[in-house]
Amino acid sequence: MESVFLMIATFCYSCGTVGYLVYLFRDLSIIHRVAWWILSAGAAFHLVAIVVRSVSVQHLAVTSPQEAMSFFSWILVTTYLIVQMRLDLRILGSFVSPLAVVFMLISTLLPGDIIPASGAFESGWVVFHVTTLFFAYALFALAFCASVMYLLQERQIKNKNFGFLYSRLPSLQRLDKINEHCLLLGFPFMTVGLITGFTYASTVWRSPWNWDPKEILALITWCIYAVLLHERLAVGWRGRKAALLAILGFMGILMTFLGVSLFLEGHHTFSVE
Amino acid sequence: MAEIVLIGMNHKSAPVEVREQLAVACREKVNPLVRAPQLQHVDEMFFVSTCNRVEILFTCSNVHESLNEVKCLLRNHLGEHLTHSLDQHFYIHHHTEAVKHLFRVASSLDSMVVGEPQILGQIKTAYRQATECKTVGVILNRLLHKTFSVAKRVRSETCIGSYAVSISYAAVELARKIFGKLDDKRVLLIGAGEMAELAAEHFLAQGVCQLAVANRTLERAISLAKRFKGETVPFEHILDKLKTTDIVLTSTGSPEPILFHGDVKSRMRERRNRPLFFIDIAVPRDIDPRINEIDNAYVYDIDELQGVIDLNLEDRKREAQRAEHIVAEEVLKFEDWLCTLKVVPTIIALRNKAEAIRKMEVQKTLSGLPHLSESERSAIEVLTDSIVRKILHDPILYLKRKSERETGQVCVDFTQQIFNLMERDGDSSCALTHETPSDMNYHNLLKSMKK
Repeated sequence: MESVFLMIATFCYSCGTVGYLVYLFRDLSIIHRVAWWILSAGAAFHLVAIVVRSVSVQHLAVTSPQEAMSFFSWILVTTYLIVQMRLDLRILGSFVSPLAVVFMLISTLLPGDIIPASGAFESGWVVFHVTTLFFAYALFALAFCASVMYLLQERQIKNKNFGFLYSRLPSLQRLDKINEHCLLLGFPFMTVGLITGFTYASTVWRSPWNWDPKEILALITWCIYAVLLHERLAVGWRGRKAALLAILGFMGILMTFLGVSLFLEGHHTFSVE
Repeated sequence: MAEIVLIGMNHKSAPVEVREQLAVACREKVNPLVRAPQLQHVDEMFFVSTCNRVEILFTCSNVHESLNEVKCLLRNHLGEHLTHSLDQHFYIHHHTEAVKHLFRVASSLDSMVVGEPQILGQIKTAYRQATECKTVGVILNRLLHKTFSVAKRVRSETCIGSYAVSISYAAVELARKIFGKLDDKRVLLIGAGEMAELAAEHFLAQGVCQLAVANRTLERAISLAKRFKGETVPFEHILDKLKTTDIVLTSTGSPEPILFHGDVKSRMRERRNRPLFFIDIAVPRDIDPRINEIDNAYVYDIDELQGVIDLNLEDRKREAQRAEHIVAEEVLKFEDWLCTLKVVPTIIALRNKAEAIRKMEVQKTLSGLPHLSESERSAIEVLTDSIVRKILHDPILYLKRKSERETGQVCVDFTQQIFNLMERDGDSSCALTHETPSDMNYHNLLKSMKK
C-alpha cells in the first residue's frame, strides 16, 4: 500500500521539479505556485507512506537504506516548503526539488528489505537521533543548493559574463545569508543528533564510539561544518570560500549517507545482527 | 555653397588607450573653439568632447583645406604624444552623413550605452560654449537646434531612454545583484565626474544610508557632500574609509590607478570579507583591474557595465530601429532646409539691390523738394518701400518655392541674370558676393523661411 503512496509522491516531486525548472526559465508566478502545491501534495503523500510503513514495522521507518533515503527526501522537501513560506526564495526550489527527486530515485534503487523489528530501533532515542540529524542534513542540503547558486551567480558577476541565470538568481548577499542561516540552524541539530547517537550507542553497544564507518564520516562532516561555522563567525569568512566549504560538507553528508549504506559495513548498515 | 563636415572619434573607432589619452587632453586643455578664428577656411565650428568621444562639426567652402586645418587644430589640442596614430581613428562625414551622425549622437544612438541620457546635455553645454565663442552661425545654429528637437523626439516617441540604459542605472542594478538591499549600504564617491555624480544620485535615490565624498580639491568635495547630504573624506584617508564602505564610485582625472590590489586585499580581512563593489567610471581607469580577483571584491569599469545593459539588448534593438527611422526622417527635413539655403544669398542680393535703388531715388527726389515736412518725407519713404516690397514679393516667393526642387539652381541663375546680381564692380551693396550678408538680414530671412 505504501509503495503506491511512494510512487505518487515521486511522481508529484517529478512534476514539481519540472514546474520549478520551467519557472527557472519563465518568470511566471503562477508556475511557481502550481509547482509549490504539487510539491506539497507530494510531501503529504510521502508522509502518509512513511507513517503507514512505520506502523507496519513498528518503529520509525528509517532503518533500511531505502527508507532512510526516502525519509531524507521527504524531510528535504518539507524543509524547503517551510523555508519558501518563510523567506520566499522561489528559485531555491529549482535547485532543491531536483535533488529531492534524485534522492527518491536512488531510494528505489537501494535495497529495501524490511528489517525485522529489533530492540535496537524501538527506543525514542533513535527517532530523536534520526530526526534531528536528518533535519540538519536537509538544512545543509539547502545550504548546498544556495552555495551552488552563489557560485553560479558569483562567477557571472566576477567574469562579467551574464547568462540567463543572472537575472533569475537572487543577490549574492541573500544567498550567502541563506547559507549562513542554514548552517547556524543545522549545526546545533547535527550536534544534538550526533550526541544522542553516541549516547544511545553507549547504552546499546557499551561504548559511545565503535569505529563504525558512519560514525567516522559523520564526525568528519561535523568537523567540516564546525570549521565553516568558526570561520564564518570568528574570521568573517563569507562568499565563495564559505560556499565551497558548504558544498564540501554536503559531499561529506552524502558519503556518510550513501557511501556507508552501500559499500561499508557497520552498525548503521543494519544488517540483521 | 557651404559644406557641412564632421570629424571625430568615438568608442568604436578608437581603442580605449587612445580615448584615455584623449580624455586627459580634453580635461587639461582649453576649449579649442577659442582658436577657431585662426582657421582660414572654416566658416562655422562646433566642438564637443566627452570621455568617450570627440566630435568637430564645421562648415566650409573648401573641404580639403579646412579638413587639414581642423586636423591640425585637433592634433595641437590633443597633444603631441598622440599624433603618430591619431588619423586612423578619425571618421569623417560629409553633408547629410554629418547631419545624420550628429542626430544619432545626440539621440544617444551612437553612445557606448545606447539611450544614455547624458550626451544631450553634453552637446547642449558644448553648444553654449560655441555660442559664447561665436563660432556658430546660421547653418550650425539651425542644425543644433534641430538636433535638440530630434533627440527630444527620439526620447519621447521611443522607449530607448526608459530601459536600464544609463551606466549609473547599470551600476545600481549590479549592486542589487551583489548586495540585495541597498538601504544599509555606504557609498564612497571619489573624484567628481558628471557620470559619477549621476550614479551617486541614483544610489541615493535607491536609499543607500550614507554617502561620503573624497576629492583632491576640498571645495568641490564640500559642495558635493552638501548636495548629497554626506560627509567629506580627505583624499589621503580613502584607504581607511574602505573599511566601512560597501560601494566605491570613482571618477577622478588621475592618469594612474588610485586603488591597487594590495591596498584592498589587506583590508578585506578588517572588513570581515563583506563584499566591496568598485564602480570605475573614470577613463583612464582609477581602479586596478586585478582587484576583481580578490574574493568578495567586484570591479566594474565603464566598458564592463555595458554587459549588464546588454541583457535587454533585443528589446532595445527594436526601439533603436524606430529611433533610426526618426533620425532618417529628420535628416531629410534638414536637407530640404539646406536646399532652400541655396536661394538665400540671391534673395538677399535682390532685396539689397532694390533697396539701394530705392534709397538712391528717394534721395534724389527729396533733395529737389526741400520744403517737405518730416511727416511728408516719411510718407514718401513708406510709399517707396512698400512698392519695392510688393514688386519683389512674387519673385522671392517663386524662388523659395523652386529652391526645394532640382531646377532650383536654374531659377537662381536666371534671377541673378535678370536682375544683374552678379556684377562685382558696381555698388557692392547690391552685388551677390560671397561675403556673408549682414546677420540681421540673413536671420530675418531665414526665420521667414521656416515652415
